[in-house]
Amino acid sequence: MLSFILKRVLATVPVMGVVALTVFLLLRLSPGDPAAVIAGDYATADQIEKIRIQLGLNDPILLQFFNWLVKLARADLGVSIFSNLPVTTLIAQRIEPTLMLALSTIIFSIVVAVPLGVLAAWKAHTWVDRAVMVFAVVGFSVPVFVMGYFLIYGFAIGLRWFPVQGYRSPFVDPGLFISHITLPTLALSAIFIALIARITRASVLEVLEEDYIRTARAKGQTERRVLLRHALANAAVPIVTVIGLGVALLIGGVVVTESVFNIPGLGRLVVDAILKRDYPIIQGLILFFSFLYIALNLLIDIAYTLLDPRIRY
Amino acid sequence: MSETAKALPVGATMFGHWRPLAARYPFVVVAAMIVLFFVLAAVFAPLLWTNDPLGLNPLNRLKPPSAANWFGTDQFGRDLWTRTVYGTRVSLIVGVAVAILSISIGLVVGMLAGYIRLLDSIVMRVMDGLMAIPGVLLAIAMVSLSGASMFTVIVAITVPEIPRVVRLVRAVVLTVREEPYVEAAIAAGTRLPLILIRHVLPNCVPALIVQATYVCASAMLTEAILSFLGAGTPPEIPSWGNMMAEGRAFFPIAPRIILFPGAALALVILAVNVLGDGLRDRLDPKLARRV
Repeated sequence: MLSFILKRVLATVPVMGVVALTVFLLLRLSPGDPAAVIAGDYATADQIEKIRIQLGLNDPILLQFFNWLVKLARADLGVSIFSNLPVTTLIAQRIEPTLMLALSTIIFSIVVAVPLGVLAAWKAHTWVDRAVMVFAVVGFSVPVFVMGYFLIYGFAIGLRWFPVQGYRSPFVDPGLFISHITLPTLALSAIFIALIARITRASVLEVLEEDYIRTARAKGQTERRVLLRHALANAAVPIVTVIGLGVALLIGGVVVTESVFNIPGLGRLVVDAILKRDYPIIQGLILFFSFLYIALNLLIDIAYTLLDPRIRY
Repeated sequence: MSETAKALPVGATMFGHWRPLAARYPFVVVAAMIVLFFVLAAVFAPLLWTNDPLGLNPLNRLKPPSAANWFGTDQFGRDLWTRTVYGTRVSLIVGVAVAILSISIGLVVGMLAGYIRLLDSIVMRVMDGLMAIPGVLLAIAMVSLSGASMFTVIVAITVPEIPRVVRLVRAVVLTVREEPYVEAAIAAGTRLPLILIRHVLPNCVPALIVQATYVCASAMLTEAILSFLGAGTPPEIPSWGNMMAEGRAFFPIAPRIILFPGAALALVILAVNVLGDGLRDRLDPKLARRV
C-alpha cells in the first residue's frame, strides 16, 4: 500500500516536469520577441528592454530554465508586470470566489447527476432512460457562456429572480451569496451533470448484470437497497474518476463563467491579464491550475486503494 | 436491425438502406441534416440574403429584427443575420482544420509511440503533461503571445487536442501488434512503415473518424471561448465568439446580439456531437458498449 502511494506520487514528477517545461517554452518559442509582444504596440525600446531584463530573457536558455525551476520549487510564480505584486499574492486574493463556484458546481452536479444516472440505468432502454440521455447530450453541447447568457436573460432580466452579475462572499452574507452564485452554478453544472449522469448510467448498467445483483434480488432485498448498496457502491470508482478528470473541464469553464457573471475570481484574473498581456500572471495561473489538477487526481487515485479493497496495485 | 444487415460492410448499411437508418437513428439523421444545413450556409453565405458582414451603418444601430434586418442590427448598425451566417464559416473552418491537423499529428505520433518501445514512455509522459494543462488556458496563452490570427487560433486549439488522439491511436496499436496477421507480416520480413500503413492504420480509422467529430465540436467551442475572452480570432473577423464579446455591454438592452450567435453555436455543436455518437455506434461498437 505504502509503496503504491509512493510510486504514484513519484509518477507525478515527470508530468509536472513536462507541464513546467511547456509553460516555460511557451514564452520562448513564440514567434517574434516575447518582450515586445508583452510590452504592446506603443512601447519604446527602453520599456521592451526593461521587460526583457525582468523576465530574464537575456540569459542563456538553459540558465533561464534552471532559474525558473528553482523559483518554482520555492513556490515563486513571478511578479505581475503591471501591478508589481507577486502572482502568488494575486492568486490568494482572488481564489475564494473561484473555489466557491467550483465547489458549488461539483456538489450540485453530483447531487443531480448521480440519481439521474442510476434512474436511467434502472429504467434502461425506456423513455425515462432516453430522456435522461437526450438531456445529457444537450447539456454536454451547450457552451457554458451561451447557457449563462440564456439563464441571465430568462431568470435575471426576465423573471428578476436573481441578480444579473457579481459575487458576494458567504462569510459576509450567506443569503446574498446564494442568490449570486445560483445562476453561475447552474450554467457551469450543465456539462458536468451531463458527463456524470452518462458515466453513472454506464457503470451502474454494467454492475447490474453481475451475479451478486441477481443474488441480492433473489434473497429479497428491496430494489432501493439493491440499487444503492449493491449497484451504485460498486460502480463508484469510474464515477469518481470522471469527476476527477472533469476538473480540467471545470477549470476552463470557471474562466468563462466568471467573465459572463463578472465574478472577481481567478478566471477574471486570467482574462484581465490577457487583455493587458501580463504574461507572468497567465503563466503562473496555468501552472497553478495544472498542478492543482495533477494533485487532485493523485488524491483520487490514492483514495481508491483506501476505499475499494478490490483495487491492489 | 436484422442479422444480415449487421453482417454487411459499413458503407452498405450507412448509405444503401436510407429508410431503416432514419428509423433507427432519427436523432442522428436530424443532426446530419443540421450539420449539412450549416455547411451549406457557410459555403453559400453571400447568396443567403446577406450584405457586407463588416458594413457599418451608424444610423441603423441596435435595431430590433425587421424585414430588412432579420436578426436586427448591432451597436455599429451591422446586420446580425449577415454576421451570424458568415460566423458559420469561421466556426466550421476552425473545427475542420483543427480536426484534420490534430488527427494527422496524433496518428503519426501515436503509431510511433505504440510501436517503438523507446519512444513510448517519453511520448506518453509528454502527453500526460500536456493533458494536465487546461486546454483553454494553454490556447489562451499561445494566442496572446503569438498575436491573434486565424492561423494561431487553429494551432493553439490543435495542440491541447493532440494528446487524446495519441492515446487513442496508441491503444489501438498496442492491441493490433499482438494480432497473428501482424506477427505473420513481421515474420515475412515486412518493414515497419509498411506494417504501420497496411495493418495498423486501417484499424485506427473507425475510432479516428469518431474522434474527429468530437474534436471538431470541441474546437468550435474553444474558438468561440477564445474569441469571447478576447484571445481568439482578430476582432474584424465576424466569428460567433467575437459577436458575443461585442454584445456583452449591450446585453440588457439588446440580448439578441449574444443570443442569436450563441444559439447557432450551441445548435451546431449539438448536431456534430450527436452525429459523432451515431458514427460511434455504427463504426466503433466496442466503444459504444462502454459509454
